[in-house]
Amino acid sequence: MSAREDILNRIREATRDVTESDPEVDVPIEWVYGQPLATEDVLADFVEKVEDYKAVVTRCPAGSLPETVAKALHDCGAGSVVVPDGIPDEWVAALEASGLTVRRDDPPLSSAELNSIDAVLTTCAVAMADSGTVALDHVEGQGRRALSLVPDRHVCVVRADQVVSDVPEGIARLAPGMREGRAVTWLSGGSATSDIELSRVEGVHGPRHLTVVLVEG
Amino acid sequence: MTDTTTRRTPEPGTWTDKPFPLAVKPALANTQQRDNLRHATTTIREKRAVRASEVPNWEELRTAAEHIKDRVGRHLDTYLVQAEEAMKAAGITVHWARNGDEANRIVASIATQKGVDEVVKIKSMVTQETELNEYLESQGIAAWETDLAELIVQLGHDLPSHILVPAIHRNRDEVQHIFTEEMGRYGTPAPEGISNNPAELTNAARGHLREKFLRAKMAVSGGNFIVAETGTLVIVESEGNGRMCLTLPETLVSVVGIEKILPTIEDLEVFLKLLPRSSTGERMNPYTSMWTGVTPGDGPQDLHVILLDNGRTNVLADPQGRAALRCIRCSACLNICPVYERAGGHAYGNPYPGPIGAILGPQLRGLEDPKDRALPFASSLCGACNEVCPVKIPFTDILVHMRHKVVEYKTSKHPTGEQALMKSAGWLMERGSHLATAQVASKAAGRVFGTRWIGPMPIPLASRWLRARDVDAPPTETFRMWWKKNREGGAK
Repeated sequence: MSAREDILNRIREATRDVTESDPEVDVPIEWVYGQPLATEDVLADFVEKVEDYKAVVTRCPAGSLPETVAKALHDCGAGSVVVPDGIPDEWVAALEASGLTVRRDDPPLSSAELNSIDAVLTTCAVAMADSGTVALDHVEGQGRRALSLVPDRHVCVVRADQVVSDVPEGIARLAPGMREGRAVTWLSGGSATSDIELSRVEGVHGPRHLTVVLVEG
Repeated sequence: MTDTTTRRTPEPGTWTDKPFPLAVKPALANTQQRDNLRHATTTIREKRAVRASEVPNWEELRTAAEHIKDRVGRHLDTYLVQAEEAMKAAGITVHWARNGDEANRIVASIATQKGVDEVVKIKSMVTQETELNEYLESQGIAAWETDLAELIVQLGHDLPSHILVPAIHRNRDEVQHIFTEEMGRYGTPAPEGISNNPAELTNAARGHLREKFLRAKMAVSGGNFIVAETGTLVIVESEGNGRMCLTLPETLVSVVGIEKILPTIEDLEVFLKLLPRSSTGERMNPYTSMWTGVTPGDGPQDLHVILLDNGRTNVLADPQGRAALRCIRCSACLNICPVYERAGGHAYGNPYPGPIGAILGPQLRGLEDPKDRALPFASSLCGACNEVCPVKIPFTDILVHMRHKVVEYKTSKHPTGEQALMKSAGWLMERGSHLATAQVASKAAGRVFGTRWIGPMPIPLASRWLRARDVDAPPTETFRMWWKKNREGGAK
């Protein structure tokens, strides 16, 4: 008998006491999915929680976004930046005008090349205020997963209408893309560890620096 | 090939062969370790309490998690088949393993097929359980741990002592020493003159592991959740070592216990709120990765999942014990446990210490080993673990249930002193006159001991019980005597 058949048989044997065959009838789940969290100012909540992770948040109006992004990159010490497909041309123009070396992932950069680039610029899919989380689903504007991982600095643009109150609303927005097979990455501040005496150190293998640019209007 | 001179990776420590009451003695005498543990567990349980109290519907979330996990456990065959179909449709090769040996052999055979002689690893409890690293080493394949705490344990020729922070028993000075001595033997050395500052030590780990991440062709992970409806795998982590392993290599093998299934994507909202707050005391862990099969041009193009039983169906077969399978490995029960805080993880003799280890280990492995029979007794039954568990595992109920099973196991092998004792106790309690007779003896004993405490002494049957306990001497006046004096014909 294959391991698969063996294990499934063992499970069926082990759960002989379960007589109801419909899981949803057998164990009802007392929970309302997708609930928002009551909050007075969802953007302020989001900013507070992201800053609590020692990440930088910059708020700006849509009109000055390209310049704000360029400034954010300079402020965290980046001289070069990789820009995924789908980032608007006018942002790229502003980066180049500010003196940044702009690299494209076309043809795909090797891990070693990515490691030599200072920063990455992406947009996001949704942001969750209560946990200070930004979620990427790696479509246009966000690049493949390695782009937002290997460079040491990540500047992430979040539109105000992408900020939801809490994780359940965030999952609800991500679910359709996930059902199409999109990979999803959640970022809550930069990389961190508490493995030595449980004292938190910001910055390990993932980008050690995260700037969130929050665009309003 | 396991000759120490030809080893690729540091040789780990070996688990104690002594049962908990004996294994705990050196741990209790290790004041440095007790200091480290007290500091660490106090910090983390305070953080957990704050983060849990921020969530207005925390209790409702716990109940939802309990229900979701129970639904999965009671219909595990249905959900596993659904998950397997979804993963296959998404391009994942799905393997099944009855036990650790089978899982280890599958991992090694994938490595051999790919022609790799090293793998990078994401921290995973399940591969600790199967002792994958040592199996790979025996096959000439080096497994590099990339989580900071796992790296400290690996380079320190040590064993994990906590399910979330495996090096919790080490302080910064010890880590400094380990990194200075060992890093250079296995790759990029620690920077010259590195201090004991956690930020500097962390930076040394970044430097040491960077080259391993960039050259790795294959990674091995566990998995926090598998979503049955879509075949999505989820891994939560902090450092980015997980993302490195999940993104850069060409091949990724994830070994996942069969109980890790969630029915739908929406169920993640419950667990991704509960897990980080319960485990590291953060509102959210820094990174969560979710992938649904192969994405062309992005991440590993050859994905494998090994669904592992290794005793989980034994746990499932016990309707009272199966709630232990709800566990999401947050470690809140360890951090709150007064026994764990003093004993540390190594005394439990396996990778699952603390309250969860005491209820899960003996169910996974059975009761043949005296070490496993001792574990359900490594608790004061104070119940603090019941209160913090995000999936509402009734720890103390299962501990008592397991104690019962241990006694049944022992008496099935041979009659025990305990049985004789219980028989005498039965006679004693049967009639008041029986008790009165026995109390003549206890009064006499009381006069012998006076007000002294009774500690370890060679009294037959009681000696093992007294080994770990001090008790008051029996009173010289019994309740019956007091009653006679004060109520029946006494002053009133």
